Order: sequence, then structure tokens, then C-alpha cells
Amino acid sequence: MKPSAPRRVSWGVYGTLFLFLLAAPPVLVWADQPFYMDLLTRVLILSIAASSLNLILGYGGMISLGHAAFVGLGAYSVAIPSYYGIYSGYLHLGIAIAACVLFALVTGAICLRTRGVYFIMITLAFAQMLYFTFVSLEEYGADDGLLIYQRSEFSGLLNLENPGVLYYLAMGVLAGCLGLMNRLIHSRFGRVIVGIRHNEPRMQSLGYNTYRYKLACYAISGAMAGISGFLLGNFTYFISPEMMDWTRSGELIFMVVLGGTGVLLAPVAGTAVFLLLEEILSAFTVYWHLLFGGFLIAIVLFGRGGLHGLVEKLERRNHSR
Amino acid sequence: MSLAIRNLNKSFGGIMASSDVNLDIEENETHAIVGPNGSGKTTLIAQLSGIIVPDSGTIHFNGVDITRAPSHRHAHIGLARSFQITSVIMPMTLVENVMMAAQSVSGHSFRFWRPISLERDLRERAMQYLEDVGLKDVSGSEARAVSHGQRRQLEIAMALALNPRLLLLDEPMAGMGKRESGRIVELLAGLKGKMTMVLVEHDMDAVFALADTASVLVDGSIIATGPAAEVRANPEVQRAYLGDLHA
Repeated sequence: MKPSAPRRVSWGVYGTLFLFLLAAPPVLVWADQPFYMDLLTRVLILSIAASSLNLILGYGGMISLGHAAFVGLGAYSVAIPSYYGIYSGYLHLGIAIAACVLFALVTGAICLRTRGVYFIMITLAFAQMLYFTFVSLEEYGADDGLLIYQRSEFSGLLNLENPGVLYYLAMGVLAGCLGLMNRLIHSRFGRVIVGIRHNEPRMQSLGYNTYRYKLACYAISGAMAGISGFLLGNFTYFISPEMMDWTRSGELIFMVVLGGTGVLLAPVAGTAVFLLLEEILSAFTVYWHLLFGGFLIAIVLFGRGGLHGLVEKLERRNHSR
Repeated sequence: MSLAIRNLNKSFGGIMASSDVNLDIEENETHAIVGPNGSGKTTLIAQLSGIIVPDSGTIHFNGVDITRAPSHRHAHIGLARSFQITSVIMPMTLVENVMMAAQSVSGHSFRFWRPISLERDLRERAMQYLEDVGLKDVSGSEARAVSHGQRRQLEIAMALALNPRLLLLDEPMAGMGKRESGRIVELLAGLKGKMTMVLVEHDMDAVFALADTASVLVDGSIIATGPAAEVRANPEVQRAYLGDLHA
């Protein structure tokens, strides 16, 4: 066995997933299955959030337990202007990105001074602070949240009220984010981020101010998660602080780990399996959490590298036969 | 004057790791620091490279006070180091490791779009350094897959890729076989006079083959310093340290 055998990327699996997602809406409309259409839209939107988490967690080694805060900020960026009758999608998106970058820079500046378990706890703390801030905002519905009566408007270019349009927009944004991440991780910046994950003291002695690079990466990831929140708010017509609760952040981590950390496309598969399984199991029994928990533990225990790692292992075995 | 150390003190609890250390090293000089285990050699190197901040005293490099400069600044003012305990980026290939160093000193890395694979200049420079240290043949292997000795050579290639004016070498031959360490001595001999080198090493033959000047560190204090041959002949040094080995 060669020690550095090239990684066999499971293009077949991801290609099938892509074609499936691309072809699903017309089929589902024809079969009159709006429920599954909604489910797949959610898969796409949360895939963006999971992928953005993968950027800091998988590539940068920064385990954040507060990522849902960005998603919530993105959704409130739709809800609050809408509450005042402002429906411009450009503005919503602009606010979402600006608010998330700002929140990432301010909290990241403090979080990134710490490492390991302290980093996890402090990201959690900041996210919970934001959660309780929104819980206390009576004007915006406090813990009941805000209804969004109308989806963002893009000057007649995109009609998000049409489920198909929202679906393909989410898919386009996901593809855009993944494309951007792909460029990023192969650029100078990306190499530095990966280097920091593996050996931060060495990177410092090589002359990298690792703190600044990590902060920039954190802000980029936050902005992407904010875009996902923008789409999620539009999709659900609703936002409540619950959407930025730490359990939501935990779910995002699981989607990434389930798919495979540090692999570009894996979190999409992780998100899809996570949400589909949640639906299927909860249809069978009210005790579905028990089965679901067991499955997740099994994946982490036996499938090192998540689903991606598992598929890779199977492919290698077939190949060597 | 390349490096000027004045009244440097550092203690850990009750142990004086550096005790009133004064040392001047000239431009392009090769200076060896020898001393028994636990005499404070690595602590001294760590202070010179900004990883440990001294309790008191100053360190000037080419006239610039670097006593409290963060370690990431050092590479950019021409001060590179290799680690006593090998520290490379294990899952990356050797050429990627050296490129990481070369990238650090060729402008900033807030470049998000252009793939690193298109930066042929970086790769070519990295390959040159790998060839210099004798690792050209294994440049495509991951660092975790090569031998300990090869990783030591990689450390030096990474330090050289920073294009330093002063090279801090913390036991570059540690844990190496006779042939491998011979190769490193040869390599360092070739660098002599091109940059200032501070060498911490146990291998006395290697030290005195390379060094112009030397200091002997015992319990955090320099007990002798001067031309290498004189330091070697100093009776106090013989008794305190060298005597142990050549008895």
C-alpha cells in the first residue's frame, strides 16, 4: 500500500445526488408532492449553512458551537425590514451579510484568542447571548418570533413566492458557495488556513499572523451562513430565536461530521441524510430520537470520515478486488 | 552586529533557565551554543524566536529590539529557526511544506482566488531548497511518510525558504544516523558565511567543525565565550562540560 495514495473522490455518488436535486422539482410538481419539495428545499438551504461551517470546522479546525447564530441573523435580516414594510431582497441580503460579518468580526476577535474546548464554549456563549437578545425584543415578537408575510423582492427578476424559483435559487447559491470555497481552499489563503489547522505554532514561526487569517476565515464562513439564513427566513415565512439556539448549532455540526469534515461536498450529503432520516424515522415512531441518536453514534464510531469516508472505503474495497 | 543579547533573565519557578545572559554575534558568523542537558539552550532559542518572553533584558537583531516581538514577526525581519522536536505539517507533502514557508515571505496571503498550483515560482523555489537539502527525490511524499532524518532536513529547507539573515538551529542533528548527520554538516558548511547561524548541538565534532565562535551554557549562565578553538581549550569548560564527554 502506498502511504500517500491519491484520494478517490466519490464523484459518482455526488454526481447522482446533484442530478437528483436538479431533476426533483418538475417531478415533484407533476406528482403533486409539495411536502417533499419543501424537504429538499430545506436540504439545499441548510447545506449552505453546513458547508459554511465546514469551512471553519473542517478546513480551519475551529469547532464552533454557535454557528446557528449566523443563520438566525440572516433570517431576522429578512423579517425585521419586512416588519416595517421593506421587501427589497437586495437590502435583506445586504443586511444579512453585513450583520453576519460584523458579528463574526466582533465575537471572533475574542473567540479566536482561545483554543480547543474554550473556543467551543465561548462561541456557544456568544450565540446564546444573541439568542437571549432576540428573546427579549418584544417589538419583534420575543420568543414567539416574527411572521414574514411576503418573501424578498428582487425587482421582478425573481419571484420567490414560486417554490420552484426559491428551490433553484437555493441550489444556485449552494453551487456558488461551494465553487467559492473550492477556489478559496486552493488559494494562498486556503493553504494557510489548512496549515494552521495542522500545526499552528509552526505556521506562526513561518511568519504567519495566524489570528488574522483565522478571523478572516471566520467572517467569510459567517457571511455564507447568513445567506443561508436569508433563504431560510424566506422559505419558512417565519423566524424565531429558537432558530439560533445552540441545539441548532449542534445539528449543523452533526450534518458536517455525518457527511465528512474537510471534504468540499460531503456536508451536502450529510445534510440530506440527516433531514431525510429525521423525516423517515419520525414517521415510524414517536421515539425516533432514540433510533436517530443510535445511528449518529454508529456513524461517528465506525465510519471515521463520515459518510464520505465510508463510501471511499467501499470504493477502495471494490477497486482492489 | 547581527544579534545582541543583554542581561537576559528567564526563570521557571525557582529554576533560572537564563541567568544574566550577554552575547554578541557578528554578521555572517556561525556561533555554537553548547552545554549539558537542562542548561537552558532551548529556552534561549525560544526567547530569540519570540516563543518565550524573557523576564528582563533585551534582544536586538540588526539594531531592532525584538525582545517582545510576536513569533510571526521574526520570519519577516530575517530570523528563521528549526525546531529541536521536529515540527512540520505532517499531512502535507514535502514540497507543500516548503512552499508554505516560501509563500510567507513573498507578500501577504490574503489572496483568495488564484490557485496555489498556478504559482509556479513558489513551487520552483521550494524544489530548489529541497534539492539543496537532498530531498528532491521524495518531494511528493507526505511529511508523515518520510523518515525522521528526512523530516529534520525538511525543517532546514523550510527555514532556508524564509530567506533568513539569521538561522537558529536547535539541535538540527538530533536523533539522526551518522550518514544523515554528515549530510547536514555538509549542508550547513555550505551555508557558512552566507548568513548568521546560531547552532545548538550536542555533537561536539559537528560543532567544532562548523562554528567560528562558541559559548558554553551551564545552569542558564554563559561560563565561557569566544573563538571556538579557545572555548574548547578553556580548562573551566573542559571541567564543566566537555570533560564529561571526553573523560
